[in-house]
Amino acid sequence: MSAEVEETLKRIQTHKGVIGTIVVNAEGNTTLITSTKVDYAGLLHQLTMKARSTVRDLDPQNDLTFLRIRSKKHEIMVAPDKEYLLIVIQNPSE
Amino acid sequence: STSATNEKTNMLLMSVWSCFFGQDEEDGTEMGEGDEWMQGKTLIKPLDQLDLTEAELKEEFTRILTANNPHAPQNIVRYSFKERSYKPISSVDQLAVHFVLEGNLLHQDSDEARRQRAKQGGEDAGDVEEGGGEERADSVESKAGKKEQKITNQFNFSERASQTLNNPLRERGCQTEPPPRANFSATANQWEIYDVYLEVLQKQEKNKEKAKAVPKKDDDKGKKKMMLVETQSDDITKVAKVAKIIERMVNQNTFDDIAQDFKYFEDASDEYREQEGTLLPLWKFQYDKAKRLSVTALCWNESYKDLFAVGLGSYDFTKQGRGMLVFYSLKNSTFPEYIYPTTSGILCLDIHKHLPYLVAVGFYDGCVAVYNLKEETLQPIYKSTAKSGKHTDPVWQVKWQKDDMDNNHNFFSVSSDGRVVSWTLVKNELVFTDIIKLSLAGAVSEGPEGVQLPIMACGTSFDFHKQIDYLFLVGTEEGKIHKCSKAYSSQFLETYNAHNMAVDAVKWNHFHTKVFISCSSDWTVKIWDHTIKTPMFTFDLNASVGDVAWSPYSSTVFAAVTTDGKVHTFDLSINKYEAICQQPVVAKKKTKLTHIEFNPVYPIIIVGDDRGYVTSLKLSPNLRKKPKEKKGQELPKGPEVEIAKMEKLLSLLREPENSNA
Repeated sequence: MSAEVEETLKRIQTHKGVIGTIVVNAEGNTTLITSTKVDYAGLLHQLTMKARSTVRDLDPQNDLTFLRIRSKKHEIMVAPDKEYLLIVIQNPSE
Repeated sequence: STSATNEKTNMLLMSVWSCFFGQDEEDGTEMGEGDEWMQGKTLIKPLDQLDLTEAELKEEFTRILTANNPHAPQNIVRYSFKERSYKPISSVDQLAVHFVLEGNLLHQDSDEARRQRAKQGGEDAGDVEEGGGEERADSVESKAGKKEQKITNQFNFSERASQTLNNPLRERGCQTEPPPRANFSATANQWEIYDVYLEVLQKQEKNKEKAKAVPKKDDDKGKKKMMLVETQSDDITKVAKVAKIIERMVNQNTFDDIAQDFKYFEDASDEYREQEGTLLPLWKFQYDKAKRLSVTALCWNESYKDLFAVGLGSYDFTKQGRGMLVFYSLKNSTFPEYIYPTTSGILCLDIHKHLPYLVAVGFYDGCVAVYNLKEETLQPIYKSTAKSGKHTDPVWQVKWQKDDMDNNHNFFSVSSDGRVVSWTLVKNELVFTDIIKLSLAGAVSEGPEGVQLPIMACGTSFDFHKQIDYLFLVGTEEGKIHKCSKAYSSQFLETYNAHNMAVDAVKWNHFHTKVFISCSSDWTVKIWDHTIKTPMFTFDLNASVGDVAWSPYSSTVFAAVTTDGKVHTFDLSINKYEAICQQPVVAKKKTKLTHIEFNPVYPIIIVGDDRGYVTSLKLSPNLRKKPKEKKGQELPKGPEVEIAKMEKLLSLLREPENSNA
């Protein structure tokens, strides 16, 4: 199981246009970084919590699947989990 | 001197006594000195008086007067605890009280006097003050209104004071460690409450289950092991699901234009092209490890419309080796969702219609297997072995059937060894039943000892009727198509001399119950009405046809793939003689297309080739035409339309035939 997951993460990291990958745990500590920008972790963590809270407030049986933030330069994709947060920064136009 | 005084007192006493009692004797002795007034009387002796001599009469008796109380007892004895015996008291109280009179005078300073004065003071205050007056001015005044002043003794008054020892004050304090503090903040949202309720519910259910499963103790050990394993591989596996989502998102970004095309693009130029349509290439699916293999089977998943299965193996007799079962999702074209490597090349597969996780696979070495996608293992859950009736030749087609009466899943397989076998999944086993044996009519061969063995025809494809459960068609290597029934195991219902070479595919129409299509390596595609022995339509495609498929949305549309890399799409309601689209879909010219499948919902097709690639293409609007509604009439929906459409076509064909005949 873990080998598959590692492979998946590797594929994501080597995918076209992907600049960085960060795994954040529930407290906000980063465990896997392949990008130089670490500040993403704390800020995105808060934003994801807020987004999730919003979604669940609207319907408690619903839950946030993922969050995309598209900016001029690149796109930040956040997929939350119960304990972890996976953040991928991709440059989609490449 | 005492004796003298005693004598005198005695005389007095005696004289007094004699006066009263007439005692003479003693008087007689002392009379001469003092008793003049007593001489007149004569002494009378009482009768019981003692007679004493004169010497005795002169004897002096000393009498002592003491202050002792004659009534006081002199022999009082008290118990002494010290000596533990009765001891006489030495001194006895001699006081004799003769008279007591209690007075009614009160000292003016005593409590009682004050009380009385207070009582009187209320009644006649003036009197008291007046009466107090001159003589006792000092004392009364001092009492009446003022506070008492201490009247000190003028003579020997001395003020004495003493200081007691004041205990030093001590302050005692105690300090405890403050309880540890932690800051806690939380929000009470609707969903937090909902979550808590869910947890409680789950716990309750678990408890119920535990209560039921208490006698099972062996599971506990297993569970403990499971728990340990879980905690070890916690970190990475928890990210699994999330990683998958992210991968899909990343892919979506990369292939964004394709996704947009898939969803929204409709070729506008189709309006200008009268009848023709085009196929727009979308994603390309390939897997590194499957490069040498060719796609031998394709199947869409009925429940998950974006998931399809690809069977990889080889059609080449000489290059037989391993195979692979790979599942792709449209959401991720770069990497398969599931990968199952197999020892033998796969030739066919089928996904169960209702249970999307059950996949039946037929191999080149004659085995059939069933995979369960839910399981973590890469091994099939069932596999036929030589003992359990596996085919002796490659299995060309497998198809799931409805559950049998015992609610067991079952599927059919057809193979070159001429058998159509039904496999039933009973608990842990795969139980086989020969349904029919395809024997070449009339052909027998000489077996050992002169026994005549019927030569088996090689089945290469089959298809089950959509509505009539027992009816199915089998295509053979000889080019014949047999219409069979599950009930009859030795006889065919019908035989069609379809092709000159092996029948690669035979498929019933999705809507019209009588129509089926067949294709063969003899370059032709033929459409039949199963009641008529000759084909309704025949199309020559200039190359060996690998596969043909009806479209799920129209009864008159079908597509075929050829070994020259082209996809031919036909719509019989538009053009009965030609394809409305003939398009090469692979880059390299030498690539042969092997299979084609329509997606049940989306207007796309997937095409497999012999290099292990699967290409997905979108059908342009012209290829998906529905019958035009007449003005004012509601568009009739449902399969009846399609059936009617087909029927119309067929009737056109039949009429000239009838007229000819």
